[in-house]
Amino acid sequence: MDYEIVIGLEIHTELKTNSKIFCGCSTKFGSEQNTNVCPVCLGLPGVLPVINEKVVEFAIKAGVALNCEILPFSKFDRKNYYYPDLPKNFQTSQYDLPIAVNGHLDIEVNGETKRINITRIHMEEDAGKLVHSGATISSSDSALVDYNRTGVPLLEIVSEPDIRSAEEARAYLEKVKAILEYLDVSDCKMEEGSLRCDANISLRPHGQAALGTKAEIKNLNSFRSVQRGIEYEVIRQEEILDDGGRVIQETRTWDENKGITASMRSKEQAHDYRYLPEPDLVPIVVDPARVAEIRANLPELPDARRQRLMNDYGLSEYDAGIITSSKAVADYFDQSVQNNGDAKVVANWLMGEVSKHLNSEGITILDCPVSPKQLTELLALIEKGTISNKIAKTVFEEMWTSRKDAEVIVKEKGLVQISDSSEIVAIVESVIAANPQSVADFKAGKDKAIGFLVGQIMKQTKGRANPDMVNTLLRERL
Amino acid sequence: MKITCKDVANVALLSRLEFSESELETFTGQMDAILEYADVLNKLNVDNVQPTAHVLPLKNVMRADEAKPSLSRELALSNAPEQEDGYFKVPKIMEG
Repeated sequence: MDYEIVIGLEIHTELKTNSKIFCGCSTKFGSEQNTNVCPVCLGLPGVLPVINEKVVEFAIKAGVALNCEILPFSKFDRKNYYYPDLPKNFQTSQYDLPIAVNGHLDIEVNGETKRINITRIHMEEDAGKLVHSGATISSSDSALVDYNRTGVPLLEIVSEPDIRSAEEARAYLEKVKAILEYLDVSDCKMEEGSLRCDANISLRPHGQAALGTKAEIKNLNSFRSVQRGIEYEVIRQEEILDDGGRVIQETRTWDENKGITASMRSKEQAHDYRYLPEPDLVPIVVDPARVAEIRANLPELPDARRQRLMNDYGLSEYDAGIITSSKAVADYFDQSVQNNGDAKVVANWLMGEVSKHLNSEGITILDCPVSPKQLTELLALIEKGTISNKIAKTVFEEMWTSRKDAEVIVKEKGLVQISDSSEIVAIVESVIAANPQSVADFKAGKDKAIGFLVGQIMKQTKGRANPDMVNTLLRERL
Repeated sequence: MKITCKDVANVALLSRLEFSESELETFTGQMDAILEYADVLNKLNVDNVQPTAHVLPLKNVMRADEAKPSLSRELALSNAPEQEDGYFKVPKIMEG
């Protein structure tokens, strides 16, 4: 049977603050285990947590940017559960009065715009990290716990079940990530866990209003696993339903290596979070004037920036969309253009050579060894005719590894383009003389034969001959 | 409201407490009496009363985002029943 796929995403993002949400411990990633902990985040008796004002500011920023209503009165609650990543046996979170509600985000999938509604955004503390003794959680006899991450501020962004495919889920997640990056409230590094995603997935026959039974998929730690995990889970549920079975409401974990989702059986019986108002934290009352001020000072967001790139530089919607989907890439683009780079050429290089090299090394543009200034200097050499486009790629390769400037490399390696016609004429004539068969083929109407001759000339000049001149001079002599 | 032994057993499980049969009965009776005592509040008309989020008339108590020194790891781990390599060590989490 053909089912409608229904997906809701819960996105957790760690906020980029210096200190934790309720105490002064550092949030630095990668510190030695259990060195960023104190009585508050370890949940020792008698301590008093106090909210970090930056967390509230970042939450309001995110709420406004995601078109939410900021609640004028918000509070914290305790969410009780036993899992050793929480030393207090409860997570301080927000239950019935979160900071932001009723938002939405428009995404584009296959050229169509679709609105994904956002139920709520709430503030909470992150949990610690477990290192399991065995190969898997289930086969481990014990676990080691690092509480450095406990108390790192998180926003949880909960969508309505408005998503209908793995592609939409991915597009939505990418856009939320881009917005959070633009707001500069989170690093959004999925590989470091500062952006994480759980997906609630269910199926229902087309036309049925009631939702099917859902499974919650955890451990979707990259865009790829979001897409693959959802695709797998949809097939799993389809097979169960087609066989006349019932989907069990449960939490499942995505296994990236095996490419499957597996049930997580906790020792805890049915979840009973027993939320209760957090007596140690007082309510947060947000002045509407404060919200208006934050709204007025929001930075340029991805949609606006994409529009600007299209309007100001004539980039296509597609190109502008790719460049602005990451703030860092868009910043690199803007800096290059400010360095007098031609916008369209810069865009082509960014989406071509630059991203090719970044992808093959698995790094982001923030770690790009070629700076925007260096890139534009390279492009200027092409513009001036000093080097050809083809040679420029070789130079770029060299810049990537040696980090030298383009001009230095061109001089050191003698890559300056030969634009002296007498020099090229001599080579053209020698190649013609040495390849009578190709010349005859060309004259007999085999237009392709000229390609071979051009290739020979380029070989002799190590690709340095000005290609336009080679073509003209060769055709004149044939 | 009537509290049953099953309710108490459930709360005990969630709280990681273990009761004998006779304790379970004793506590069930005691909890029931406490809830019955408080039940008088359910008879009040609270239609026009806003829920209280906090007992103190305070709001927006916040701190600046400044990192402060943490505990030394040795001190942080000093109460841990078990530790290993600077980690807290805990028993098996999931059913196999």
